[in-house]
Amino acid sequence: MNITLKIWRQRNASSKGKFVEYQLNDVPAEASFLEMLDILNEQLVLKGDDPVTFDHDCREGICGACGLYINGHPHGRFKNTTTCQLHMRKFKDGDTITVEPWRSEAFPIIKDLMVDRSALDKLIQAGGYISVHTGGVPDANAIPINKHNADLAMDAASCIGCGACVAACKNGSAMLFVGAKVSQFALLPQGQVESADRVQKMVARMDELGFGSCSNTYACQAECPKNISVTNIARMNRQFLAAKISEPLK
Amino acid sequence: MGKNGLSSITKKLIMAISGAGLVLFMLFHGAMNVVSIISQDGYRWICEFLGANWYALVGTMGLAALMALHFIYAFVLSYQNYKARGRQRYAVNERPEGVSWASKNMLAIGVVVLFGLVFHLYDFWAKMQLAEIRGNAPVDGIDQIKFIFSNNYFSIMYLLWLVAIWFHLSHGIASVMQSIGWNNLVWKRRIEILGSFFAAIIVMMFMSVVIYYWLIV
Repeated sequence: MNITLKIWRQRNASSKGKFVEYQLNDVPAEASFLEMLDILNEQLVLKGDDPVTFDHDCREGICGACGLYINGHPHGRFKNTTTCQLHMRKFKDGDTITVEPWRSEAFPIIKDLMVDRSALDKLIQAGGYISVHTGGVPDANAIPINKHNADLAMDAASCIGCGACVAACKNGSAMLFVGAKVSQFALLPQGQVESADRVQKMVARMDELGFGSCSNTYACQAECPKNISVTNIARMNRQFLAAKISEPLK
Repeated sequence: MGKNGLSSITKKLIMAISGAGLVLFMLFHGAMNVVSIISQDGYRWICEFLGANWYALVGTMGLAALMALHFIYAFVLSYQNYKARGRQRYAVNERPEGVSWASKNMLAIGVVVLFGLVFHLYDFWAKMQLAEIRGNAPVDGIDQIKFIFSNNYFSIMYLLWLVAIWFHLSHGIASVMQSIGWNNLVWKRRIEILGSFFAAIIVMMFMSVVIYYWLIV
């Protein structure tokens, strides 16, 4: 298949970027989107041009490294699909594909399509962990956990931290990410001990890092490649408010 | 904490609580308006009851405070969110499936509601409660309704304004529940449907008065 690519090129965070158009012929329909970009880069290198910089790692949809805004959607318009799991067979011969980096003040562009998503790491550092010595591996049934909560926690923990929620949100909000991280611990007995502190620290850090507020459009859920539910944001909201209300009682 | 000391979730809570207060007010206001269709004398009694009495004035001031809070925070949050998104916007941006038009345009719809409100206050409140506060005789409520809605242009504008209010409430009511954290996987869709239905009930109460006095009386 033959396609036209409109790709955002930007030398670094401080330089001005622009779209550059590339014509790519004989792209195999079996190729993944990232493999298609590899083909483009091979051609650019052979011509002596600067290859397009983009993030990628596992190419199995589980690491969250790849993240491109493709034709108006984070990871493309197909549900529950990461950029690396998107294949060229989903496009038509002759298509023009616009590829942009995540756009958010909290994610400055490093180069071309690669953005600095370390703000998400800083959010995890603020409280996205359990600070207890776990010791040896306990028996699977040593701590009773009801199935419903275990399922919800697992669903929340499937967040790969790709940042598509921030990229999709018109407010540049990271509340789906924080909501998922707060929920995956708060739903399990091991995480409940620190849940009040965790949610307050993570929300405070989220505000400091310049992420926007949630206005409940739910674009984050609609574009999340792991289908993380916005009900995790509701859980974060009630946990945060409960923590604030109970603070004077401590 | 945000720059003004309040966290983003607290600001959302302020929007939610002030919005919920305004929705409750609209429910009472709409219910009282419907009385004008059932009994004109009954409506006149309500107007007299809610004249410039102390309880009505306290209620009006509370309402004005809620309104101011809702609008100020709407603009504060929108500005902060605009900055968080950054100056460079997407060249291609499509609305994903499952995201309502109203939810993406709450500020713009809110501004339309605000402009309509200014005209509404001029048409009714300024000639009734405000006139009484200033020591003048208030106009008769029923006469004023008949006067305003005998005009085709005014009636159409009021109906369009009410449509804008429906769009605002159709997202706003469910949004209140999400912001206060009262939502889960089982109730999410139910709350959205109930929110839209509740918004429709409120708006239809107001619309019924416009249509009745415009086209029937």
